[in-house]
Amino acid sequence: MKGVFKGIGLLVLMMVCSAFLLAGCSEEKSNTIKIGFNLPLTGDIPEVGEGSKNAAEMYLKDINDAGGLDVGGQKYMLEFVYMDNESKAESATNVALKLIDQENVVAIIGPNSSRQAVPAGGTCNENRVPMISPWSTNPSTTLNRPWVFRAAFLDPFQGPVAADFASKKFGAKTAGVIFDVSNDYSKGLAEIFKTSWEAKGLGPVVAFESHGTKDQDFSAQLTTVISAKPDFIFVPDNYNQVALIIQQARDLGYKGPFMGSDAWGTPDLIKLCGDDCYGNFFSTHYAAAGAKGATKEFIERYEEMYGATPADYAALTWDSIGMMIQAIQNAGTVESDTMAMRKAIREGLSNITSFDGITGSSKFDAQGDPIKCAVVVRISDKGEFVFEEAVCP
Amino acid sequence: MDFIIQNILNALQWGSFYALIALGYTLVYGVLRLINFAHGDIFMVGAYIAFFVASFLLGPAIGLSPFLTFLVAVPLTMFLTACVGVTLERVAYRPLRRKGAHRLYVVITALMCGLILEYSNLAVLGASRLKFPELVEKSIWHFGDVTITNLKVIVIVTAIAVFAILNFIVTKTKIGMAMRGISYDKFAIPLMGIPIDAIIVFTFILGSGFAGLAGLLFAMSYPVLEPFMGMIIGWKAFIAAVVGGIGDIRGAFYGGFLLGFIEVGVVTVFPSTYRDLFAFTILLIILWIKPTGLFGMPQSTKI
Repeated sequence: MKGVFKGIGLLVLMMVCSAFLLAGCSEEKSNTIKIGFNLPLTGDIPEVGEGSKNAAEMYLKDINDAGGLDVGGQKYMLEFVYMDNESKAESATNVALKLIDQENVVAIIGPNSSRQAVPAGGTCNENRVPMISPWSTNPSTTLNRPWVFRAAFLDPFQGPVAADFASKKFGAKTAGVIFDVSNDYSKGLAEIFKTSWEAKGLGPVVAFESHGTKDQDFSAQLTTVISAKPDFIFVPDNYNQVALIIQQARDLGYKGPFMGSDAWGTPDLIKLCGDDCYGNFFSTHYAAAGAKGATKEFIERYEEMYGATPADYAALTWDSIGMMIQAIQNAGTVESDTMAMRKAIREGLSNITSFDGITGSSKFDAQGDPIKCAVVVRISDKGEFVFEEAVCP
Repeated sequence: MDFIIQNILNALQWGSFYALIALGYTLVYGVLRLINFAHGDIFMVGAYIAFFVASFLLGPAIGLSPFLTFLVAVPLTMFLTACVGVTLERVAYRPLRRKGAHRLYVVITALMCGLILEYSNLAVLGASRLKFPELVEKSIWHFGDVTITNLKVIVIVTAIAVFAILNFIVTKTKIGMAMRGISYDKFAIPLMGIPIDAIIVFTFILGSGFAGLAGLLFAMSYPVLEPFMGMIIGWKAFIAAVVGGIGDIRGAFYGGFLLGFIEVGVVTVFPSTYRDLFAFTILLIILWIKPTGLFGMPQSTKI
């Protein structure tokens, strides 16, 4: 009996040792380029993480099936490392550190939401690792951070787009706002919207109410908003909260329209919200219905592989990877030293002056922020996101 | 005026959920002197059970109408959630009680059970949220600027009815007398020929069953389900029960509504950032003045 245990113990020891040896082997290989992904796979917005991961897997397959990425005449395989930031700000910085120190990635894509991208951007900038946030629209993500880039437009652009559209479409004079005070994205956009609405001089923002991330009952705030009788309500919130807010507002007798922001753009919004959401509008990065060219091709391939229409974050992740690849090719060589490679990629990124992606073409300003068009989308009676109009800077 | 009445209705609905959950805390504490920290998560499990029961009944295999589904889902959800509560008692609390473990360890076990429920849900069902189907066709009634939905009425009436039923069971029936007896002295009670384990199981059936009912109604009112939905509301309902005087059924009921009114009141007057700060400061002041809670009495028979 004792012998058996000894045998098993030895076997386990051997397996552990060989695992270390194998790990050592893969360290030696220098013909792979390792890129980290900082994604919300669980927590408040799991759909966002999943969609981004799907798009990344598709890109990875394309490159590696073709024999790898051609940099300076040599082929390199890509390796993507996905880590879950639980949709939390503190976990996002932990994931960034883990990707940098343990996984030794040369660059990071993500986090998506500003709530995680703002702190994680700081971490990446301090550690001198290039980072692209696909979906973050808050200005602080890239502000004074030479190592941080993004693929989405900014809230100072999106806020006025929403304000202009609502005043034109609904003929609105007054606006109500309800937002998540503990979310950088929601709070920042609500404030920018308020400023740009009041700058238009039509009428005031009659109600400006906040709530917390974990709240499920918004009736007190909505009662205040509705009693101020706004012409429409602006809700720059995540899709899961939007579903509850709109339903509760209807229960409290509000019949007017809602205007949303790019965080609405998830197929899950329709699943959770149902027909309460139909007929409302939101500003976003692209409209899947009626797309053309490379965008259409991407959407069809994605639908074939995953059985769902890709949301804006999936398309933006695709574009972020494209930018990253272009930066690596701009760098011209692949350094075996990670630090040197990171520096080369940053140089490559800052040398991109314009980029034609599937979410439209963009130019980059000195801050690393793209200047690109926004799209306003209407939620149809079938729950589809239908193109309404494009607004360019 | 309409504004105030509307907010009172909002607070009544929100307070109903606190009251329903707080009743479960107080029952178990009253009998066992155990704070069942897993109770908020049993509420969450109740909401998920309600989701699966409703989807099954509405689905092609059975195909009931939404209203019939609601009528069948209420007892079924309560029964299945009660089973979960009893299983917890069997697996986690009873072995510890048999071994004569200190109450502290049982409380820690309860916390742990809550986490196990949350994360096993996350592991099995994933992080994606579920949409609860609409069971009761919603009608919105207008009285001037005040609106109320039939669902709101159902929730408030249920909370009051559950309180009345529990109050009756505990004060007027034999089994209620046995529960109070265990609360008074759980070593002497078996000598009277009262099956103490059966009474404890009954307590868990009551507490968890009504948590299941609360979960069903909550899922109907806020139809977005996620694995951690029971955590914060469970803690808050526990605090409400303590402020009411934990172990006392009236205390849980009034404490739940009190917290609902304070929270809605604070949000109405101040920005929502102050909601929990002010709400819990007020509760803290109440405990300063009366450390045993509103209806509590120091070290006496409760429930």
